[in-house]
Amino acid sequence: MSDNVETELLLEISDLKTHFRTPRGTVRAVDGVSLTLERGKALGIVGESGSGKTILSRSIMGLLPRSGVIREGSVKFRGQEILGKSTKEMQSVWGREMAMIFQDPMTSLNPVMKVGRQIAEPLMLHLGMNKAEARQTAEKLLRDVRIPEATRRLDQYPHELSGGMRQRVMIAIALACGPTLLFADEPTTALDVTVQAQILELINEQRRDRNMSLILVTHDLGVVAGFTDEIAVMYGGKLVEKAPTKVLFERMKMPYTEALLESIPRLDQPSHSRLAVIPGRPPDLVNPPQGCRFAPRCAYVRDRCLTEEPQLTAAETPGHVYACHYPVGSPEYHERRVELSKVSTVVGGSI
Amino acid sequence: MAGTGKAHLRPEGEALLRVEDLVVEFPVGRTGLKVNAVTGISFDVLRGETLGIVGESGCGKSTTGRAIMQLPRPTSGSIVFDGQDLTKLDKEAMRAARTKVQMIFQDPISSLNPRRKVRDIVMEPLSIWKRGTKQEQAAAVDKVLEEVGIDPQRAAESLPHQFSGGQCQRISIARSLVLDPRMIICDEPVSALDVSVQAQVLNLLEDLKKAYGLTLIFIAHDLAVVKNISDRVAVMYLGKFCEIGASDDLYARPAHPYTKVLLDSIPVPDPNATVGKVAVEGEPPSPVSPPSGCRFNPRCPNASDRCRREEPILREIEPGHFVACHHPLFGGEAPVSVRSA
Amino acid sequence: MSGTDNLVTTDDATDVVVADEAVKRRLGWGFWLCIGWIVLMIILAFLAPYLSIKDPNANFIDMSGKGRPPYGPSMDHWFGTDKDARDIFSRTLYGARISLTVGFVAIAFGLLVGGTLGILAGYFRGWFDRIISFVFVILLSFPSLVLAIMLTSLIERSLLTISLVLGVLSIAPVGRLARASTLQYADREFVTAARQIGATNRRIILRELLPNVVIPMGALALLGMAVAIVAEGGLAFLGLSVEKGITWGSLIQLGSEGSTTLQKSPWIAFFPIFVLFFTVLALNFAGDRLRTYLDVKESAL
Repeated sequence: MSDNVETELLLEISDLKTHFRTPRGTVRAVDGVSLTLERGKALGIVGESGSGKTILSRSIMGLLPRSGVIREGSVKFRGQEILGKSTKEMQSVWGREMAMIFQDPMTSLNPVMKVGRQIAEPLMLHLGMNKAEARQTAEKLLRDVRIPEATRRLDQYPHELSGGMRQRVMIAIALACGPTLLFADEPTTALDVTVQAQILELINEQRRDRNMSLILVTHDLGVVAGFTDEIAVMYGGKLVEKAPTKVLFERMKMPYTEALLESIPRLDQPSHSRLAVIPGRPPDLVNPPQGCRFAPRCAYVRDRCLTEEPQLTAAETPGHVYACHYPVGSPEYHERRVELSKVSTVVGGSI
Repeated sequence: MAGTGKAHLRPEGEALLRVEDLVVEFPVGRTGLKVNAVTGISFDVLRGETLGIVGESGCGKSTTGRAIMQLPRPTSGSIVFDGQDLTKLDKEAMRAARTKVQMIFQDPISSLNPRRKVRDIVMEPLSIWKRGTKQEQAAAVDKVLEEVGIDPQRAAESLPHQFSGGQCQRISIARSLVLDPRMIICDEPVSALDVSVQAQVLNLLEDLKKAYGLTLIFIAHDLAVVKNISDRVAVMYLGKFCEIGASDDLYARPAHPYTKVLLDSIPVPDPNATVGKVAVEGEPPSPVSPPSGCRFNPRCPNASDRCRREEPILREIEPGHFVACHHPLFGGEAPVSVRSA
Repeated sequence: MSGTDNLVTTDDATDVVVADEAVKRRLGWGFWLCIGWIVLMIILAFLAPYLSIKDPNANFIDMSGKGRPPYGPSMDHWFGTDKDARDIFSRTLYGARISLTVGFVAIAFGLLVGGTLGILAGYFRGWFDRIISFVFVILLSFPSLVLAIMLTSLIERSLLTISLVLGVLSIAPVGRLARASTLQYADREFVTAARQIGATNRRIILRELLPNVVIPMGALALLGMAVAIVAEGGLAFLGLSVEKGITWGSLIQLGSEGSTTLQKSPWIAFFPIFVLFFTVLALNFAGDRLRTYLDVKESAL
């Protein structure tokens, strides 16, 4: 893969906060997140709706409205601070350095512009190609994303393509100017499973070929499992656990991560298996709970969790951090787990 | 592929719902073309059973659910519910029959009137049918709201948008239960919800099914969800059934290549699972002009000339497990039919 | 530069959790100021005969050597008088009676006829919808002023007939909006849900659709009332408004009669214009605010 390329720190986020001013109060959508990403690596950001995962990716890219938004902290891209940059300054970054693939290809493609032109425009704008060159490159890009009959497709409108084809066109546009960092925000949620597998594989393959970094934002642990090197789990605007993908699935520390995984129905369980449930719902980010934000829903909660906010702590494995006072595997955790298994109604599933 | 054939139907009388040769077509604008949304499927659901219908978007699974409710009336076929053919009922009789079959929709927000108080929404069915006195109605509504985990007090004061998606789905469930129906058709009831909330709603449905003695039809695209809740699962593709069987059998030993492809496409939350195998290329063709013979043949790895010519009929390959495929993954080749199209 | 444009315009806040309590929305003081003005106008118009103001039809010829009317604003005549020495303040109040009534009756008629037709067309669709939509298109493609002039020059111009003529003109725009908002809701699942619990068409229209459609209609009604008041002014200017009685339009017309009236005695037209302008502004603003306020966040998740 990328063994010959020396590791390069592409993205360095420290203590990033994104707050929205609303009539109801300040929504702390992202509340102090620190992350790093190396060139060529794929990071999965996982969380439920309201966890701040989408806002985090938009904050990094600078795609949030200016008014009513407070952004603090630092986002360094290739060593350069980009957090405070204006839309105008960011325009040279968007497309060339960072690009994004959205969930719904129908709304993110311009419905009245031919596909070929939508791919060619950024090429002419950013790379200064002339019309003929841009069209040629656009055709090659369509072939790269495995669109059959690429030449004919250039002159079609988005509505003439199927959902999967549209998402491929979105990927072609994102790849057009050779970005080093690709954001994919729920790229397959709107697609059918058989098409989803094709699109994920395409993104993965292009990432490898182009030595791009990928930030894959999703609610689906299944999607990140196969396609990322590292996973960051978000909850209530905070990063609660981050680890290399294999480590996370094998030795997760955060009870939230565990509960999330246990609540998904699995194909290898017999039918009518009782699903483990996380009671309640995600916190209100205007008045987040004191202490650990997951505490009100956590099966392993103790007094300390309600008052003292856990800080990110390093686990035994390098690169694995978590924010929990009584992580999975701790004596307190085991003690409670035994109690819970007696009251069998609370936790039904086993991994 | 093909879902014609009735080998999988169980003796009449045992089934609460028996659908035969259901066809639903929609005109495409004024072009004269038509969408063959459902093309001649048959199935039955026993009392207390949960039938899962799974398939990709556009396969006709939601249309099937709505056709049972006569929303809109199917093009042809019979739908016998509790001894009554719903397709033959007049408007007034159908209105009464609908109280026995209820439906829950995918979008929890859109299925509740944004300008009515939640408690009134749940009360509406009782008030339409004038069941009991006002006090009795109120008591019934409060009881069912509590059963689905919604505070009646809050429901009386609040509009739907003041509840979360999961809570709105609970409210929809409460509304469908309040008339004490025999059967509930759930159309993608959890696909708009977060995973942790999805588990809550699935468990709730299981509990309510026991408490109310319900029969369920559960329509979804998520195979794992369907497996979890269903006793029997039918796999749909382009308006036809391709495989139907007890859910554990069907998932353990898929016989139809399409079922296998679906199962292989699901991303598994396990980094050690083999990844990168794209199980099938392409996307489902348009239901306006479906392929001849088996409808899956253009994408099927095992397709033969016979598949392009002749439509396979559902047949039993092991007890209770039926497949519509000439060359299933097990159970042997289909016998050459007398009537070859 | 489609690529980057697309990136920026996509909805940003889809991931923010929405809490229990509805966001406390406020109408704002501007709205209340407008409502205050409209209510004041209505009260004054209603009470005009009972207030101790001057007789609007009396001629207050000043004999003390001020010369010939019109007289400018003074302590005696706050808004001045016209060239027949009639008190403009009291005439403006009396004018409000007819102008506001015309506006109200016209839009009420439009709502009743246009709204009903629009909702039925949007709900039942099919041939009924096709006929109704066709009628709306015909009505809309007819220049409304020409239609109004044509109708008003043919009939006896009473308060009722003028109101109804303006009401007919509002049928098509109101009906189109009613049809469009009905279409928007008729496909929602809550309508299907109502149908499958056995609700009749009548019940669905009244209980499920009307409460949703009535919101944009209410806002439109305020705007429509403003339009009708202005239209009446237009007709008055052409001498085609209510024959007997005072309207704001006829006051303005009198004030700008001839070539020199506006230059020499601007107050005659100015005060009625001022009142008309603020009333129309208040109706417009209040209608707009109301629509935003009542717009329930449905897709908040």
